[in-house]
Amino acid sequence: MKPVTVVTGRAVPLDRSDVDTDQIIPSDWLKRVERTGFGAGLFAEWRDSRDFVLNEPQYAGASILVAGPNFGTGSSREHAVWALMDYGFEAVVSPRLADIFRNNCTKQGLLPVEVDPGLGRALLDAVTADPSLEITIDVVRGTVEAPAAGLAGTFPLDPFTRERLVNGWDDIGLSLRHEDAITAYEARRVPWMPVAPL
Amino acid sequence: MGAGPRTIIDKVWDRHVVHRAEGEPDLLFIDLHLVHEVTSPQAFDGLRMAGRRVRHPELTVATADHNVPTTDVDKPVADPVSARQLEALAANCAEFGITCYPMGHANQGIVHIIGPELGLTQPGMTVVCGDSHTSTHGAFGALAFGIGTSEVEHVLATQTLPQLRPSTMAVTVEGDLPTGVTAKDIVLAVIGRVGTGGGIGHVIEYGGSAVRGLSMEGRMTVCNMSIEAGARAGLVAPDDVTFSYLEGRPHAPAGPLWDQALEDWRSLATDTGATFDRSVELDAAQLRPHVTWGTNPAQVVPIDGHVPDPASYDDPAARDAAARALLYMDLRPGTALRDVAVDTVFIGSCTNGRIEDLRAAAGVLAGRRVRHGLRALVVPGSHRVKAQAEAEGLDAVFVAAGFEWREPGCSMCLAMNPDKLAPGERCASTSNRNFEGRQGRGGRTHLVSPAVAAATAVAGHFAAPAELS
Repeated sequence: MKPVTVVTGRAVPLDRSDVDTDQIIPSDWLKRVERTGFGAGLFAEWRDSRDFVLNEPQYAGASILVAGPNFGTGSSREHAVWALMDYGFEAVVSPRLADIFRNNCTKQGLLPVEVDPGLGRALLDAVTADPSLEITIDVVRGTVEAPAAGLAGTFPLDPFTRERLVNGWDDIGLSLRHEDAITAYEARRVPWMPVAPL
Repeated sequence: MGAGPRTIIDKVWDRHVVHRAEGEPDLLFIDLHLVHEVTSPQAFDGLRMAGRRVRHPELTVATADHNVPTTDVDKPVADPVSARQLEALAANCAEFGITCYPMGHANQGIVHIIGPELGLTQPGMTVVCGDSHTSTHGAFGALAFGIGTSEVEHVLATQTLPQLRPSTMAVTVEGDLPTGVTAKDIVLAVIGRVGTGGGIGHVIEYGGSAVRGLSMEGRMTVCNMSIEAGARAGLVAPDDVTFSYLEGRPHAPAGPLWDQALEDWRSLATDTGATFDRSVELDAAQLRPHVTWGTNPAQVVPIDGHVPDPASYDDPAARDAAARALLYMDLRPGTALRDVAVDTVFIGSCTNGRIEDLRAAAGVLAGRRVRHGLRALVVPGSHRVKAQAEAEGLDAVFVAAGFEWREPGCSMCLAMNPDKLAPGERCASTSNRNFEGRQGRGGRTHLVSPAVAAATAVAGHFAAPAELS
């Protein structure tokens, strides 16, 4: 993946809780075998409504999605992350992100920015009031800031994931550094584990 | 991690650590990787691009389930995009040497149904699949969780996954379940209590006499929906119910290995004195059959309840979500669930597509008819489930009642195949998600147990079996 250290940009306020992955990318889109081109399917059903926030011209070109709590719940589809990134988002800010969605974000370099509920609410309100508001997310410092609105806070990121994001490292390559440990583990597995017919 | 009392979650976790270092996620070995057509093609592409092989094809099993049609399965798949994805699965498995059960194969079915029924899912294992309902396999005391496509590729290439240690949650359901209350009602009540996000970051251990009293299939239903409470995995400690389910299954150990395995499996249960990060208790005797009214599985009430008033919520986010859900579901506050009429009834899915689910529904339907004008379909979870049901004559009961008897697959649970709701159509469904558009664009889903689904099909509105004349 591409290294990511700082994301600065305008934001779209998606003021809803429990935005599930079926809304982010409806299942019809999951039939494709490619990794690209999912941006057109992002929030496909909601976007059909003219007053959906993503259709408002003042938010065109925004790179940060600010949403309510429990964003990305439901299915494990990484297509949700591909769709958000293909559309142009580089970070998702929410008071609570679903586990699998969050994991998928870190594999692709979409920043999962979990903020205090108070800050999440304040950011939604600030971006709604001023669509030109600039937000900066710093991966190394673990901070999210909107100086023009007087808002600032932090978000959690474990050191390993931070390193991966900043360097754009391939997870598989990192795990294969432990090839010897994997081989040693394989030799001590219990003998009754199932093996598929080949 | 030390010598102190440990939970089953800690025990299964610790025995799979391949590499551990300060400041890094643990690298866990994966014992079984289940694969289906939707979340795997891009992972196989990734392997090809990097010139990597599948490290352990023999620990990997694939099947076609999400896209498969449930009628005319002897004909070519009509949707060309679905057909291409199904072909990609078969071709990728052939190229990388992976066992694959394609459409029509005797072992084919929903990935979370076939793992257990083939005996592939066993206590103490780590099981992953590019599907969030992988938590189903936790019913055996396995640590089983859904992963994204990048992680699918990672497991294919390394048979390991880097994982941050989760928090633990004990969900205890003590007491006797009232007649007519099922595993589905237990888990819907749990989700209603915990909320859609309450389990985020946690693995759940389900316990208590009501859980211990469930069959393996009931435990699978409970563990299946852990993800709807936000928990990536949920499990039940293995016991004699688990062992007798497993014994004799195609991939279960046999002979001396069975005895060896059994001794090991009996050591997995949570130690006395082990602590959880969070505990939730439910009184089984107070539970009723449950029906969801909204657009997430935590928006649920007992069947004798009413559609809530959004104004009754203190939390603004919950209030807003409820108001939005009522609009989408076309429901008014205060309406009795029993007064809500449905157009379609769907029985199936990895939550409730097993033989006991079909027996429960057929038991209600015997000698009765589906309400006139209502569409009702049963989609067995696998070919094995279908064959068993037919051997028991359940198919005849369903057909006589006015249900369509279909071929196995995920079907209307997520509507990737032709089985969809029309816009505005209302469905009583035994599946796991009532999200907007989940069963077809504009469709309205209410989650229920198989018994309630069957009774609802007869009554034409939400009903428990006991209420039928």
